[in-house]
Amino acid sequence: MIVAEKKPIEEIIEEVKDFEKILVAGCNECVTVCEAGGKKEVGVLASALRMYFMNQGKQVQIDEVTLERQCDHEYLEELRDRIDQYEAVVSLACGVGVQFLAETYFSTPVFPGVNTCFMGVTEERGVWSERCQGCGQCILGKTAGICPISRCAKRLLNGPCGGSTKGKCEISKDLDCAWQLIIDRLKELGRLDDYECIIPIKDWSTERAGGPRKVVREDVRQ
Amino acid sequence: MLHAFEKGADGVYVVGCLEGDCRFENGNLRARKRVEQARKILDAVGIGGERVQMYNLSSGEGPRFAEVAVEMTEQIKALGPNPLKKAKARMAA
Amino acid sequence: MSSTVKTKTPSKLEKILASGHLAVTSECGPPRGGDPEAITKKAEMLRDHVDAINITDNQTSVTRLCSLAACIHLKLMGIEATLQMVVRDRNRIALQSDILGAASFEIYNILCLSGDHQQFGDCPQGQNVFDLDSIQLIQTVRLMRDEGKFLGGDDIKRPPRMFVGAAANPFADPFEIRVPRLAKKIAAGVEFIQTQCIYNLDKFEEWMRLAQERGLTEKAYILAGVTPLKSAGMAKYMQKRVPGMDVPDDVVKRMSGVAKEKQPDEGIQICIETIQRLKEVEGVKGFHVMAIEWEEKVPYIVEQGGLYPRPDPNTL
Repeated sequence: MIVAEKKPIEEIIEEVKDFEKILVAGCNECVTVCEAGGKKEVGVLASALRMYFMNQGKQVQIDEVTLERQCDHEYLEELRDRIDQYEAVVSLACGVGVQFLAETYFSTPVFPGVNTCFMGVTEERGVWSERCQGCGQCILGKTAGICPISRCAKRLLNGPCGGSTKGKCEISKDLDCAWQLIIDRLKELGRLDDYECIIPIKDWSTERAGGPRKVVREDVRQ
Repeated sequence: MLHAFEKGADGVYVVGCLEGDCRFENGNLRARKRVEQARKILDAVGIGGERVQMYNLSSGEGPRFAEVAVEMTEQIKALGPNPLKKAKARMAA
Repeated sequence: MSSTVKTKTPSKLEKILASGHLAVTSECGPPRGGDPEAITKKAEMLRDHVDAINITDNQTSVTRLCSLAACIHLKLMGIEATLQMVVRDRNRIALQSDILGAASFEIYNILCLSGDHQQFGDCPQGQNVFDLDSIQLIQTVRLMRDEGKFLGGDDIKRPPRMFVGAAANPFADPFEIRVPRLAKKIAAGVEFIQTQCIYNLDKFEEWMRLAQERGLTEKAYILAGVTPLKSAGMAKYMQKRVPGMDVPDDVVKRMSGVAKEKQPDEGIQICIETIQRLKEVEGVKGFHVMAIEWEEKVPYIVEQGGLYPRPDPNTL
């Protein structure tokens, strides 16, 4: 899922301090799971903003809504009949949702309430870590199910580098060395000999480097 | 917690079981973390995080409960009323 | 003048190794400024005592005068240089381009490296590239040299003639793939290896034995890395704080057991003894003497190690 973190409230206040009618819009999916932008967080932010404005002596209307998703037209449409009431929206969806909301409601200012971080997993409640960078050409079959692009700080396809120490990455003792993980798993699977296969130079054109990406499925298009 | 302050409460105290004695195992520990979060938010919006406090006691400790109530009341009195009350009054005027 | 030694490149380092002599290389770090004097002075100190000098490439991710320019300065002084190239800062276009740049100045040795993460240097907020990794860079140099082609497939007008090297660390984690990793680099096309500096001779000899068992010592020239310790403090620091460095307790003890003013000499002595012991190890084809900021001691170490005078490549 997409993992995000709440923006500091001071930053959000700075963006919306001049508006008088604000909608705080959350999302029921990824940001709910990583406890950054779901219904609860919408409630907390809205309450905090109300108190802030009241304390400033300003009469500001802060409404709350949590959509199923903000990355699909059908859910964003639910706002169609009331969006014009608001001078601004603070969207707690991931960067995808914030943008789609902005595209859909072209004349309403939209501000992000979270920092979108990565595609990752819930290791345990409160701990999320990165697993995928969307390179567009998955090689997990060759690396025993562990991705060297998202989990190696140098995205080495033929690692480890000389900095790997006791299974940890040179940049942090809290980061596992992806190549140590790959080697351990290859061993477990009885495939340590695969280590010597040289993974060829990557075609990065399907990744960010090739420009913003699109997937089109003519067979399902209407 | 935040809604209470929105509505003008001068202080909020949260009471949970003694740590290690929670019937629901760690509800009291989770509550403490949320009280900490609420404090940070209240500080950021100018209300003051000291207005919310958490205490741990067992439901059998009647006298302690009363003690805590008094302590909390004194603390809040010292802090003065919730600044939102004044702000609301000014806006209504 | 005909040469009895067959080499693939005009590299003097390759010639010396191919002729069966033990090679000696060293390294210098460029300055943090535009004055080449810092590098030319150090190189001059080493001129007669080494066969080629490595120039580091923004080592530890600290921005310095670039390796290519420093190598050119050396070349203009008539000193054989080894271009260290990390893949952290350049994409495949820039890497191939710089290789051609080096070739245009008749620089014939290259060391293909990953590069320390930029977090360690002066620009931790910068981007990193890693378009290729060090093993893919080895493949690239060989492609450019032996097939005369760019990665994109086009022909190169005057292919670079580079002697290709890489680093190896017998002491890094995990140990079980240390020899497979060497095999991988050799399969990618590496021709010479410089190892991390050696203090744990037993472990190094074990690594060499395993490498030899697989026939790897016949396929690439392995140069053993040595670094003289300046103090007991340095030994302790390297033991505890430097990843991939193996400094045994008895080395630390030996350094600590000597009065502070005598420690540098002791460190140099250990270095010389290391060279003398490793000369006897099957598969060791030379030494890479790393004495960063202590380059003035290298000539003495080379002499005492019985590696002086250096053979004249022109007579081989």
